[in-house]
This record gives sequence, C-alpha cells and structure tokens, in this order.
Amino acid sequence: MVALKRAATGGRPYMNPFYKNTMSKPEPIIEFIDVHKSFNDNKVLDGIDLAIYRGETITIMGGSGIGKSVLLKLLLGLIRPDKGRILFEGKDIAAMDEDELIGIRTKIGMLFQGAALFDSLSVYENIAYALREHLHLREDEIRERVKEKLGLVGLEDVEDKKPSELSGGMKKRVGLARAIAIEPEVILYDEPTTGLDPTNARRINSLIKELQRVLKVTSIVVTHDIKSAYEVSDRIALIYEGRIKKAGAVKDFKSAEDEVVASFLNGTMESV
Amino acid sequence: MQENFKKLFLLLGGHSTESLRYIGGVSILSLQTFYYTFSRPFNIKAIIYQMDFIGVKSISIVGLTALSSGMVMALQTAYGLGRFGAKSYVGVIVSLSLVRELGPILTALMVGGRVGSGITAEIGAMNVTEQIDAIKALGANPVKKLVVPRVAAAILVLPVLTLFADIIGITGGMIISQVEFGISPYAYYDSVTKFLKMSDIFSGIGKSLFFGFVIAIVGCYQGMITSGGTEGVGLSTTVTVVTVSIVILISDFFLTKFFWLF
Repeated sequence: MVALKRAATGGRPYMNPFYKNTMSKPEPIIEFIDVHKSFNDNKVLDGIDLAIYRGETITIMGGSGIGKSVLLKLLLGLIRPDKGRILFEGKDIAAMDEDELIGIRTKIGMLFQGAALFDSLSVYENIAYALREHLHLREDEIRERVKEKLGLVGLEDVEDKKPSELSGGMKKRVGLARAIAIEPEVILYDEPTTGLDPTNARRINSLIKELQRVLKVTSIVVTHDIKSAYEVSDRIALIYEGRIKKAGAVKDFKSAEDEVVASFLNGTMESV
Repeated sequence: MQENFKKLFLLLGGHSTESLRYIGGVSILSLQTFYYTFSRPFNIKAIIYQMDFIGVKSISIVGLTALSSGMVMALQTAYGLGRFGAKSYVGVIVSLSLVRELGPILTALMVGGRVGSGITAEIGAMNVTEQIDAIKALGANPVKKLVVPRVAAAILVLPVLTLFADIIGITGGMIISQVEFGISPYAYYDSVTKFLKMSDIFSGIGKSLFFGFVIAIVGCYQGMITSGGTEGVGLSTTVTVVTVSIVILISDFFLTKFFWLF
C-alpha cells in the first residue's frame, strides 16, 4: 500500500490531490496494485500502481500502444493480468470467475473507441440491451429509459435507426447512452474524442463533464488528446514504460518539471 | 544439415502446437456451448432466426446440388448396370448412395461453405470492431448470445436439409431413369422402398447432426479468434471453409464405420 501511494504521487508523501481541499478521507473505488501484463513477448504493463477515487474523473494518458486501453479491459475482466491485483470496491477482479465478473460489469459502463454498437440492432435495441439482460422492466419502462438516456447525450428520434445510418459523433453518443443505460457507478471512456471533428470532440468532452455532474459517477478516460484531458479531468495519470510515471491534479501536471511529463505534454516524447 | 533439421523440427513443432491450441480452443468452446445451451434463459427467438439463416436460406443450393447428384448418379449407374442387364437396380443404388453418403456429405459441404463462412464473417467482424467485448462489458455472455443459437440451429436444421436432399436426389434419379432409360417411376420407387432400410436413413441423419455441429462450432470459434481488421476477417472465412471441409471429409469415414455398428 505504501508503494502504491508512493507510486501515485511520484515519490512524494501520499496525498490525494482530488480531495486535498476536503476534510473527508475517501476510499478508492478502484485500485491497480503492481499489475503486469504482456502480450506474447511484448511487456505492456510492468507494475502499474494506481488508485482511483469515487466521484473523480481521472484521465490516463500515454503514447499509442502503451497499454492505456489494456487497463480498461483489465478493469472489466475482459483480459486477465499476468501478475498483480485489481480491486473494485475492495474485491479482486483478477481472481473472479465469469459469473462474478458479470456482477462487476453491471456497475461499470464503457464507451468503446469505435463505439462498438451492435450493427444488427437498432439504436433502441442497442441501448435496451443491458436493460433486458439485467433488469426485469416492462417494455414501456425500457422505452422510457432509452429515451431518457438518449436525451442525456443530446439525441432524439434516432431510436429506429441502425448504427450504419449514424455519423461518427452520433455513434459515440449512442455508445455513451448504452454505457449509462443501467446507471453504472463507473464509466470508462476509451479514446472518446479520437476520430471526431473538433465540434464533436468538444461535444463529447462536454458530455463527459455533464454526466459527471448529473450522475455523480466515477469516470476513467483513456486518451492521448491532451486538450481533452485538461478539459474533463480532476486528475491525470501518465503511463510511461509500463508504469505510472506521474499521477496528479491537472494544474500540478501542467507545471510538472519532470522531463518525461514535460516532453509528453510538449509532444516531443520519443516513441513510447 | 543439422541446421536444416533444426528448422524442420521447429516448423513441425510450431504447426503441432498451433493445431493443438486450435483443437483445445474448439473443445473448450464446445463445452461452454453445451453448458449454456441448457442454462436459462433460453433464447428461442435467436435460434429460430438462425434456423432461417442456416436452413431456409440454404434450401435452394442444397436442392440444386442434390438434384444434380441424383441425376448424374442415375446416368452413371444405369450406364454401368446396363452392361450386366441390371438397369432395374438403378433406384436402389442411387437411393443408397444418396441416403447413406452423398446426401449428408454434399449437404454438409454446401452448408459448410455458405453458412460456416457467414458465421465466421459475422462474428469475426463483431470481434475486430470490439462488439464481442461490448457484449461482455454489458454483462452478457457472448457464448450464450452468439454461439448457442447458431450451434443449436445448425444441429436442428442439418438433418432436415439432408432429408430434403435425399428426397430431391432420389427424385432426380427417378426422372433420369424414366426419361433416359425408360424405367417406370413405379419400378424405380419399388426398388428404392424394397431395399432401403430405416437404418440407412438414420445413418445419414446421424452424420448430419455431427456435421451441423462442426460447421457452427468451427465457424463461431474462428470468428471469435479473428484479429487483424477486415483482412483478418477475410482470412478467417477461408480458414473456416477449409477446416470445416477437412473435418467433414475425415470424420465421414469414421462416422460411416460407427453407424455400421447399428
């Protein structure tokens, strides 16, 4: 635990910047403890230590192929770590079987990089998917819930459309509506603004902040879009060489003197 | 020389490991499919949808193949039997060949090509666009959602398609026997019913149950391990067609031996 705290603060005594002005002592909702993951001979994560606190928006940054999305997949139990523990509300996800993982997945919503909407289903059926799977709602209740979630992401009258009829930005918003349909405690965003024009990227960033305000969820954003990270985050964590190089509040991050952090923010970092 | 042997053994070892991994993967998926087939809730609607895709939409191609095979069989056997003055036995030879062998195997190969590749393309595309991860992330089980309906539907429709192919093939043989060799439909029908036993029909149907399972499970497994974008999907569909065809042809021999026991 001491190692975790040290890693999360870059070696300084432990202090959670997100909560530093409050009197409360929040417990982390998610903890990555010495997590390692390799694909074939390629070591992607080499001892990740990171604590994420309830209600915060943390952005995980790093270059392409550094393992940012792997962290999200580990958190959902889609892949297993080679070593280490991933705690969700104190329970180790890495040790859970598929049935236990389903319970965790109902508490976590994820917006995939390409939205990952089901091509063969309408927008309505996409959003209703998890509702049908986990909640015993009547059809009129499902319809109401779908309409409400679409409203939250700023869409209406698209229920009957197929994903192929939607623009990239709309797909992401429908993906977000699907992720929040069963009202999760945590929302994961995998490269939410990648591939979007500036207007749509700004709209998604506003949505992340709006959902955070309205739903009081914990948000984990994975991106290499620095502007977006500054806009939506309470804290930022930078992955470098398989470990968390720095995790801290946005303003601390901006003023960091660390060479690696500075070169990442300036866009001068060597291929990572 | 030593270096060449080393390369040869490395190559063989690599292929063996790959094959074992594949067989292991298909076996695990088969076990999971069996488990989830009998666990609630049952998705009857999805099974019916797949039965339409696998069965109803394959009727024309299976019918055409069976008709052509029956007609050619009748032509060839009548030609051969004519040398011995035994043309009247065309019916029994055509029907036995079709019911025991050609019906199940041609149906399986045609459906394997059409449906196996289709299943792989669909599930493979879902895999590379993270839709299978999305199913898991939404707390659902992709084996139950995607594999069970396809495997159940394939096992249910293959025997029906095979029976259909048998009937169409035998009818094709009857038409040729009448038109080309003047064998009356009654005599043809009589020779078919006189010699054809229920065990012959069950042997063919039994094979088709296994073939249906192979087509769907290989199609699904190959789809679920697809990677490498659209190019990967294309490669996977080819692998499915080749694998399904090989498994059907090899297993046919052993299944034939097996059904001799009954």
